Amino acid sequence: MRKGVMRPGHIQIRVLDVEEALKHYRDLIGLIEVERDAQGRVYLKGWTEVDKFSVVLREADEPGMDFVGYKVLDNQTLEKLQGELVEHGCNVEEIPAGELNGCGRRIRFDSPTGHMFEIYAEKEQTGKWGVGNVNPEAWPRGLKGMKATRFDHCLLYGPNIKGTLDLFRDVLGFELAEQVIDPEGTRIAQFLTVGMKAHDVAFIDHPEPGKFHHASFILDTWEDVLRAADLISMEDVSLDIGPTRHGLTHGKTIYFFDPSGNRSEVFCDGDYHYPDHEPVTWKAEQLGKAIFYHDRVLNDRFLTVLT
Amino acid sequence: MSDQSIHQIRVLNRDQSFECAEDQVLLVGMERHNAAAISVGCRGGGCGVCRIRILAGEYETKRMSKAHISDAEQQRGYALACRVFPRTDLEIESDHYQAPESSYQQAAVAQPTVK
Repeated sequence: MRKGVMRPGHIQIRVLDVEEALKHYRDLIGLIEVERDAQGRVYLKGWTEVDKFSVVLREADEPGMDFVGYKVLDNQTLEKLQGELVEHGCNVEEIPAGELNGCGRRIRFDSPTGHMFEIYAEKEQTGKWGVGNVNPEAWPRGLKGMKATRFDHCLLYGPNIKGTLDLFRDVLGFELAEQVIDPEGTRIAQFLTVGMKAHDVAFIDHPEPGKFHHASFILDTWEDVLRAADLISMEDVSLDIGPTRHGLTHGKTIYFFDPSGNRSEVFCDGDYHYPDHEPVTWKAEQLGKAIFYHDRVLNDRFLTVLT
Repeated sequence: MSDQSIHQIRVLNRDQSFECAEDQVLLVGMERHNAAAISVGCRGGGCGVCRIRILAGEYETKRMSKAHISDAEQQRGYALACRVFPRTDLEIESDHYQAPESSYQQAAVAQPTVK
């Protein structure tokens, strides 16, 4: 049952060097650089996103992910969910408005997989970049690199993905869209959605808590994914795998690494989900095909390399 | 490029060696020679997969994740091969990364895997 969570809103990523990271997220992926704050964090967004920012880069000693934020309908929803998160047993912290430039009060909470998440109701709306809201043109001139249109989802690794499913489903109203089940019947991967997308966040079972697998940005077409692959070669960027297609979600995809070793994905298309849909299940015996539909073999680096 | 700027990297535990230029990191040098002496991960100093110990020789490093190389370990010659520029010939040991095994991978044991 939907609980008023609308969409993924932002992700804060730790990088070893902010200027190098900008070459990746701004110049290669094509996000728009919005501004920098007093802490030196850099704010970016995909050009179609109406809110002020969706990606925050923070320079740190260890790459990885600080937190992912989801936008909720309004302050009443925020209040209600805050209470339910406390009742559910999460460690809940309130982050005052303005701690992220242009973002309202955030409610931060932890998950059994060891990640930090937030919900918030208000963020400054600066509109799509380079196009208006009345009689808008198809796209703005001046986009860079892969021309990613928005931050789409992330994949996270940690223990107790069942506990995290309970949290996201029962408290936040996400639905289980796709899953991987091992021969004993244990769920080892789960793809959750809060709308019609195949995934707004995904989790894979892993002994170390709080690990980051990738942040994903959406492109318009398969041709754009091939063009992204061309840019990865032209710029001699660290490639993980692709272009290829996933069995899970059926997205067309390519994976590569930022200069601090955080994995990025750009992708297009894939399955959709309505609230009355049963989860799509892949059996672990077919895991190779579930992950990379064409190769049908497992790629060790894709499964084990994390920040 | 003059010969002085190319260094010989000996990977003792794998009984292999490859050449690496001063302006290349060890992992890139290795991959350009199609050698398989060090495991390759993110190539960005973040994941820890290419963790090595440098036993002899001089080198410089770029910033590496402290989750994988603490200051004390760095003093003792541990490094991530994707962040090390050789300044002389080097003797190194690879395979200093211990990966935790997820059930995702356990489920995959019976399946073909590409490394």
